[in-house]
Amino acid sequence: MIREFGKALQGLWSLAIGLGVTFRAFVRPQVTVHYPRATVDDANLRTYHGHVELIGKDDAPEVPRCISCGMCAMNCPSACLAVVKQKAPKPTPEQTKAMEEAEARGEKVKKPTAPKDPARFTYDFSLCSLCGTCVESCPVDSLRFSTELYQAGFDRNDFHFDLLARLRGQAESRPGEASTPAQGGQ
Amino acid sequence: MRQKYRIRLNVTTLQTLPQPEVCIALLFEIAPNQIQRLSTQGLAMTSSVSPGRLYLGGDFYTNHFEKGSSPDTMILNMGPQHPATHGVLRIIFELEGEYILRTEPVLGYLHRMHEKMGEEQTYYQYMPNMGRVDYLHALAWNWAWAGAVEKLGGIEVPRRAEFIRVITCELNRISSHLLWWGAFLLDLGAFTPIMYGFDDRERILDILQRPTGSRLTYSYYRLGGVAADLDDTALDMIRDFVPYLRSRLPMYRDLVTDNMILRHRLEGVGHISVDMCRRYGATGPTLRGSGVAYDVRRAEPYSVYPELDFSIPTDHECDGMARYNVRMAEIEQSLNIIEQALDMLPTGEFWAKNAPKPKWKAPKGEVVFAVEGARGKIGVHLVSDGSAKPYRVKLRAPGFSNLSLLAEVARGTLLADAVAILGSLDLVIPEIDR
Repeated sequence: MIREFGKALQGLWSLAIGLGVTFRAFVRPQVTVHYPRATVDDANLRTYHGHVELIGKDDAPEVPRCISCGMCAMNCPSACLAVVKQKAPKPTPEQTKAMEEAEARGEKVKKPTAPKDPARFTYDFSLCSLCGTCVESCPVDSLRFSTELYQAGFDRNDFHFDLLARLRGQAESRPGEASTPAQGGQ
Repeated sequence: MRQKYRIRLNVTTLQTLPQPEVCIALLFEIAPNQIQRLSTQGLAMTSSVSPGRLYLGGDFYTNHFEKGSSPDTMILNMGPQHPATHGVLRIIFELEGEYILRTEPVLGYLHRMHEKMGEEQTYYQYMPNMGRVDYLHALAWNWAWAGAVEKLGGIEVPRRAEFIRVITCELNRISSHLLWWGAFLLDLGAFTPIMYGFDDRERILDILQRPTGSRLTYSYYRLGGVAADLDDTALDMIRDFVPYLRSRLPMYRDLVTDNMILRHRLEGVGHISVDMCRRYGATGPTLRGSGVAYDVRRAEPYSVYPELDFSIPTDHECDGMARYNVRMAEIEQSLNIIEQALDMLPTGEFWAKNAPKPKWKAPKGEVVFAVEGARGKIGVHLVSDGSAKPYRVKLRAPGFSNLSLLAEVARGTLLADAVAILGSLDLVIPEIDR
């Protein structure tokens, strides 16, 4: 009987200790932030990997370093990247004439080559699993993870990005900044 | 008035129903004796598969389950949207009053064909899938896949990468246990603990976000190393975190473990004997809660675990409280492992120079590799025919075996205890369905 009583008291005491923990947490400063009015510190946010984006050349930030090799699109597990190469420019009449002459002389013909940067670089973020295979397989380090966190859309098409247009926009809004690599563990 | 009464009961909220006749009568404001009359007149109030039982308009599973039950019992469907089933698990109970006579889990609501996807992707490309099989201990699955392919291809992993894997995997194990702790107590009706658990878990996610770039579905390990190095900031954060969490553990004990209400709800509830664990293949804290010190990190040592000093917590009580205690002790052991691994962390490369490329072709062969996840033994069985894609991938999820013993354990217990048993098994449904 007394033992039962003691057990009950012990149990009540355990509840009191638990309430003490709760009370101490009650008077401590808040650990969360009210999201739309405040966000967590920026250093933390910047290590988060958002969607993939292109990196511009050091001397021309609006042109990507990309050489349109297609390694990223080929290795992507979810096939969310599409790279289209640029076509070679049509030779002018003078060039055509020079080429024909060179061929007649038996020399090696020098045809006009296509610029290396892609004509189109599209990205479907709704398929992407952010694994980083494209970033790792890029031979010229033209891809990186952005630090975009807050993304919401009303339509699936909101997540189909034209990465070339994004790069041009970045180069215009922050001249000189576009080619600095994203801060992070990479 | 030959009207068919098709009644759908949302029974997830009604835990204690009296006799179904009375209940339906209440719902439709019909007198019970009137229902009796309708029944005897054969106005389709009875189940087609179980004569004498009221027809509740169930689907294939409930109708199948109804067969063989006696008309006095009640069939209760819990889930797939029930909060205590953590995701989309569905369980059908046959109840006699508050006591469970039979139960049957219904699976497959989150089946995503991970094994088939393995046959369609290259060895390198399959890694993001591993973060999504078990989202709570994603790095263990990362490791299981990377380890299996490395074993198959004979790929050397740099020593630094092995230690980084140990540190990140153990941090992930703690975060998984903390989330289990909060969610389990939420099932038992205690709301505040999850706030404390999440406070500490967020710190782990902040640390893991630095190298991995994500907070939940990690795809961090690579064949022959890891994707990114742990930089000095991350190492400092981990060094600060270990003593911090250790100082929080007594608070957890005061707040929850010693709590009388919790002890009364868990002690002696859900007795899982060693024999039952062996029959169903249960591993992890479920098996260790039955007193067997089986841990893959010791039983089939992999990576650098043989060099680390840690113990395997066990409890011989076999009940819900035992499994709870084992997990809480595992958090401490994981902290010990992290501390040792930080001290032993060598310099060097974190990803082997000759690591396989995405289109790498594996040699012909068959390999099995297992790691210890937060829920038990994670196994990958891999068959290669020498091409760039696996011929067959079999994923052994610990949650599936742990869940399968529920039907036997829950028999004869109260409905509320079944929720406690379910929580103490620490189920992650994506892993069970794969």
